[in-house]
Amino acid sequence: MQEGQTIRVLIAKPGLDGHDRGAKVIARALRDAGMEVIYTGLRQTPEQIVEAAIQEDVDVIGLSILSGAHNVLFPRVMELLKERGVDDILVIGGGVIPHEDIPYLKECGIAEIFTPGTPISQIIDFIKNNVKK
Amino acid sequence: MELVEGILKKDKRSAARLITLIEREDPKAVDALKKLYKYTGNSYIIGITGPPGAGKSSLVNELAKRMRAKGKTVGIIAVDPTSPFTGGALLGDRIRMQDLTLDPGIFIRSMASRGSLGGIAKATYDAINVLDAFGMDYIIVETVGVGQTEIDIVKVADTVVVVLVPGLGDDVQAIKAGIMEIADIFAVNKADREGADKLVTEIEMMLDLSQKEFLMRPPIIKTVATTGAGVDELEAKLNEHLNFILKEGLLAQRRKVKARENFMELIKFEIGKRIFQEKGQIIETLIDEIFEKNTDPYTAMEKLLQTIIKGES
Repeated sequence: MQEGQTIRVLIAKPGLDGHDRGAKVIARALRDAGMEVIYTGLRQTPEQIVEAAIQEDVDVIGLSILSGAHNVLFPRVMELLKERGVDDILVIGGGVIPHEDIPYLKECGIAEIFTPGTPISQIIDFIKNNVKK
Repeated sequence: MELVEGILKKDKRSAARLITLIEREDPKAVDALKKLYKYTGNSYIIGITGPPGAGKSSLVNELAKRMRAKGKTVGIIAVDPTSPFTGGALLGDRIRMQDLTLDPGIFIRSMASRGSLGGIAKATYDAINVLDAFGMDYIIVETVGVGQTEIDIVKVADTVVVVLVPGLGDDVQAIKAGIMEIADIFAVNKADREGADKLVTEIEMMLDLSQKEFLMRPPIIKTVATTGAGVDELEAKLNEHLNFILKEGLLAQRRKVKARENFMELIKFEIGKRIFQEKGQIIETLIDEIFEKNTDPYTAMEKLLQTIIKGES
């Protein structure tokens, strides 16, 4: 990515979570960091997330999850991206995710997992330093 | 896949990528647009505008579903505002269009206004051409939530729907200039709320007072986007308007005006850009002279024009 280009981020909530306060806080913070944030709302399937990411041509997908189904839904998103031949989107995750699950998620291709208490500036820096396009 | 070839083969990723390049003002975008231009002009372009929270996205969602039920394909460009302070944007129109995401006959692109103040983005014009060349039957452009004067949507749409809701002001609002004058169709959304009938009456009165001879008087449709009530009628009125402007030769006329305006904009933009690039130093010197009162802006402009015409540097 060239200097000065606007980073586009899809913030998505896969699965059956009932609330999205965390996702909205992140979306707002990334907006304030100068990014264009597309928020698609609650209860998205991995298929919907990947399709939206492609149509919006985003640089980053941020998956937010609280339900505990991350070990199923996150790898599914990565699988679908691979099927569609997409390898230039940075995928990160956040939410209530036990530390022991993180190595597996990273193995599946999630670049980083941010658990509760992470300073938002850390997420912003991570995105800025790792976008692939 | 090469972008132009991809778009002509209805590859959504190619379309998505080209729209990004357009937004970035990448020279590759211009190359692709040159090749695509001859494939444009076949889509029916609908503009949806109105104040924030009027229900524009929900209406677009309902309209698109009905168009799909008739086997038509739909491209949607939804514009939301860019922060003038950070350059960031929160694009939330997709929240109301979740049902459409996986439909193969739909393409949705959220777009930030990136400094444009007319309700759509600079990239919207070219993005419409991308979806047109892609072969979408309909292209719906949803503007940012507008106030009164953001009316650039008329420069791109064949038919403009102004979405209003009850409770935003008295009947004087309805006779003010600007957005109320650009509607081909009015949708009074959230029509299950108090004041909807009064709003319809106010719009009717405004239309009665209009000095302009209407070729087709804008119909007013009451809708409730969340339940879909009235949306069938809105869709019918859209088709009626399209047939009318086709029959009367107004579509061709409108598109000629648009082609003219868009080319004029392009001329201004490109020439302005070239002048700033090539004459930047002279311009800075002239600004200093103007500020010091050694010259005036008008003489400075003449001097600048002289250097451009003579090709001096």
